[in-house]
Amino acid sequence: MHPQKDKDSETMILTVNKLIKQVTTGESVLTILNNLSFSVEQGAAVAVVGTSGSGKSTLLGLLAGLDQPTSGSVCLNGVDLNTLDEDGRAALRAQAVGFVFQSFHLLPAMTAIENVMLPLELAGNSQAKQLAREALDRVGLASRLNHYPQQLSGGEQQRVALARAFVNRPLILFADEPTGNLDAATGQEVIDLLFELNHEQGATLILVTHDAVLSQRCNQVLKLHAGVLQ
Amino acid sequence: MRWLADLVLGMRLFLRNWHAGELQVLAIAVVIAVASVTTVGFFADRVEQALVRQANQLLGADLVIVSDRPFDPNWRAAATDFELVSTEILRFPSMVSYRSDSVLVDVKVVSAGYPLRGELRIADQLHTVDRLAAAIPKPGTVWVDEKLLTRLNVSIGSKIELGRIQLKVAAMITQEPDSAVGFIMGGPRLMLNQADLLKTGLDQIGSRIRYRLQFSGQSTAIAAYQAWLVQKLIPGQRIESIQDARPEIRSALERSAQFLNLTALFSVILAAVAIALAARRFLQRQLDACAVMRCMGTARQQLLRIYGVQFICLGLMANGVGCLIGAIAQQGLAFWLSQFVGVELPEVRWLPAIQGYVIGFFLLIGFAMPPLLALGQVSPLRVLRREFIAPKGNAAFAYLLGLATIGVLMIWKAGDIRLGSLVFVGFVVAMLILFGLVWVVIGLLSRLQSVGVSWRFGLGQLSRHRWSSVVQIVALSIGLMALLTLTLIRGELLQIWQSGLPVDAPNRFVVNIQEDQLVLIKAFFKKHQVDEPEMHPMVRGRLIKINHREIKSADYPDDRARRLVDREFNLSWAESLQKGNQLIQGDWWRQGSGIENQWSVESGVARALNLKIGDELSYDIAGHVISGNISNLRKVDWDSFRVNFFIVSPPGQLNKLPVSYVTSFYVPPEKVELINALVREFPNVLLIDVGQVMVQVRGMIAQVSSALQFVFLFTLISGMIVLYAALASTQDERLYQASIMRVIGASRSQVMRAGFSEFIFIGAFAGLLAAVLAQALGYTLALKFLNVDYGFSVTVWFVGVIGGGVGAVAVGYLGLQHMMRISPIRIMRQYY
Repeated sequence: MHPQKDKDSETMILTVNKLIKQVTTGESVLTILNNLSFSVEQGAAVAVVGTSGSGKSTLLGLLAGLDQPTSGSVCLNGVDLNTLDEDGRAALRAQAVGFVFQSFHLLPAMTAIENVMLPLELAGNSQAKQLAREALDRVGLASRLNHYPQQLSGGEQQRVALARAFVNRPLILFADEPTGNLDAATGQEVIDLLFELNHEQGATLILVTHDAVLSQRCNQVLKLHAGVLQ
Repeated sequence: MRWLADLVLGMRLFLRNWHAGELQVLAIAVVIAVASVTTVGFFADRVEQALVRQANQLLGADLVIVSDRPFDPNWRAAATDFELVSTEILRFPSMVSYRSDSVLVDVKVVSAGYPLRGELRIADQLHTVDRLAAAIPKPGTVWVDEKLLTRLNVSIGSKIELGRIQLKVAAMITQEPDSAVGFIMGGPRLMLNQADLLKTGLDQIGSRIRYRLQFSGQSTAIAAYQAWLVQKLIPGQRIESIQDARPEIRSALERSAQFLNLTALFSVILAAVAIALAARRFLQRQLDACAVMRCMGTARQQLLRIYGVQFICLGLMANGVGCLIGAIAQQGLAFWLSQFVGVELPEVRWLPAIQGYVIGFFLLIGFAMPPLLALGQVSPLRVLRREFIAPKGNAAFAYLLGLATIGVLMIWKAGDIRLGSLVFVGFVVAMLILFGLVWVVIGLLSRLQSVGVSWRFGLGQLSRHRWSSVVQIVALSIGLMALLTLTLIRGELLQIWQSGLPVDAPNRFVVNIQEDQLVLIKAFFKKHQVDEPEMHPMVRGRLIKINHREIKSADYPDDRARRLVDREFNLSWAESLQKGNQLIQGDWWRQGSGIENQWSVESGVARALNLKIGDELSYDIAGHVISGNISNLRKVDWDSFRVNFFIVSPPGQLNKLPVSYVTSFYVPPEKVELINALVREFPNVLLIDVGQVMVQVRGMIAQVSSALQFVFLFTLISGMIVLYAALASTQDERLYQASIMRVIGASRSQVMRAGFSEFIFIGAFAGLLAAVLAQALGYTLALKFLNVDYGFSVTVWFVGVIGGGVGAVAVGYLGLQHMMRISPIRIMRQYY
């Protein structure tokens, strides 16, 4: 069911090569990411740390194929993202990628279960409802299926987001400061849940954070400073 | 000085929001709204002026004074000072002889410059094609009409005798511009050059001459001159106006004006909808800013002031730009018209610009207030708990203010309380029904299960945002309704109305038939194998008392009422209600005893004179006073060109008085000989060619309606802005949702399909509703104002549904394209 992998990336789910991202504002060119190269093994947990503005979120966008680099390449699950068009990247995301954001990004007009069903429905899965219900049950929200996001607390919303991210059984999960909007206790619960699910599904985790404690739970730490890996 | 600080802050925020691009959509909506209202206003004003001028063609001038004695020569000199052109016309009855025959004619003495307005047309022979007369009859010649040629059996080129001299008949008059006013009084026409008047010796008859002074020029100069002149008029002199015209012509003019008003009215509705949608979008995007300001300690009132100032700044600017565009556009329009359609419009008046400016403010305030009030309710907590959805409040209730604004504007713009309120009430009722209906249908959409995920997502999107979907669809359907009404329905109605006259509608009136000639005329028609037309008795009388009180024209402020009091009425009697008349109040009399002393009154006259059922009217008829009570009011279809009367009595009430008979009938072109024969056989009767008047009236309507087409172009642009604003008002949210879909892995086509399904539904559903509304409106207009039947129109439905769907998709496509180009991450970050 996964695209054919070449030999070299047998164990590498993500390979980044000489990645550069620049944006042009007015007349000046701003380099956000400067010549990054690294790779991530299948099943690993990687923390991307750095100060605000160091380029963490931009990197995440590039890794997931939401944005395009100025130069360099990203190989996700053995596929060079540069070779894919927008729809190709979308198909790859639908198949292999999950997301969790700092500010949850649930669709406000949909109930918890509808939010979780959405990726399954988009992929044409006929058991969307059943799987979504199970996923919400797994994150402890079996009684909140038909609540709208604004009727849920921040922790609950993030758990819905986790259910939505994992319901597709992604190979790789991107999490952008998933506890940034939560209090310490709730944040801890969410993080525990995140690692549990990751472990259960054997998925790779790319976690953007500036929480030092959190980064220590990962097997690999990428330190970004002013767009450069340290 | 708190308010001053708020003023400054408001202005500063206005500039910031402007630079940030937040105000642009609202600004465009206001600019287009004001521009279209102004353009339509300018144009309608000029067309209305043109209409008045057209009407003046029927008068032959912009201003006419009639007198039974010669005019003060200074008057014409003064007119030159006012930069007016003038000409004098004398009319008197005189005998004309040819061989042994002679006949009483209506002599019209004209001088160079005649006619000032309208066309004088002549033909070289009887029954030949006519042409525009380049001048007036040369000295030594006269022009005569068909009646005179047939009555005297004279041909063009022959010499006839008038007074002391002989004059050559040089041409036949086929159309006189000033014949529509009081045409029923005319005898056969003879047109004479003023240079020949002295030679005929007929200037000696003095008292029988009627003098007319005609003036033309700029409308302001005419008004100034009229004001100067009015104080100098003495008894026996009066200003003649189009109000003196036959009811047939008046009704045509009034309707044309109503159509114009209707157009202006719809442009106001469209503008209001566009502004409402854009204001809603702007304020929704300001919610976070408001929450932050509230957190920083801004009071609710202060917040309202700060945003109020921004709206005022926006209004000042956008209204100005809108007026300017309107002025330029209408100038271009007028140029286009004069270049390609050959319609010259009168000069521009600046009142419509002021109106457009004021209307722009009213609309902005009326429709920005409701969401603005909602802004005041923003909880500072919003900064902590971000929600996408706007605070609901009782938005529908707050929009009452906007609705009231529209109502006032409609009545003002319509210039006719009845038309304005009818449209407004219809509008409000339709809105309520629409909201309910759309609400229910949108609710049903969420039950749809058997469609693909994209369609379900798109349609589900609608039901999930039930309130905003309802607002969008209702707004769009109102816009589309206005467009359908103005384009299709109006065209269809005009066509029905114009072709409404049956082919065999009467084209000749015969008046002054004597009682003892009735039998002979009947025999005449029988002999010529023509259906005998219905003969109507007619007596002439002056209204002297209403409810025992003597009346004077000075008692009435209304022009028309004054004239009605001053003039003699044509009264008739009838046993049953005449064809084409409709009883609108009271009962018709039944045969039998005790039906005397009653009147049936035409509703327009009743309105002008403020008469109601039961009022007693006393008429002086040849010295006899006849009184009776009004037992019913009738609506008369003047367009039918049948013989009709303002006042009708039951049989027996008037028949002892001097009576003559009048009738109307249709003469097909191939049977004109019949007319000649009739005139020869009954020399005393007067024959009137209504067909000629009809041609003039129809021509005028055709010109006006072709001018109207261009006004609709602008309404069409407003309609498109409404469509855009309706979709743009939820575009931000749509972008955000599409971004999340893309992050989750939706393909381009899935995102597009979801978007399209939403647009197609919005557009087609709104189009369907618009078609229903437009049909209902068309039906009402046809029934209430035009008295014609208007049935089901397939085109309206087809264009409504297809046009709505395609239009929405086309506009939506641009938004979707934009959506696919930007990184979803960037869009998502905008919100956080």
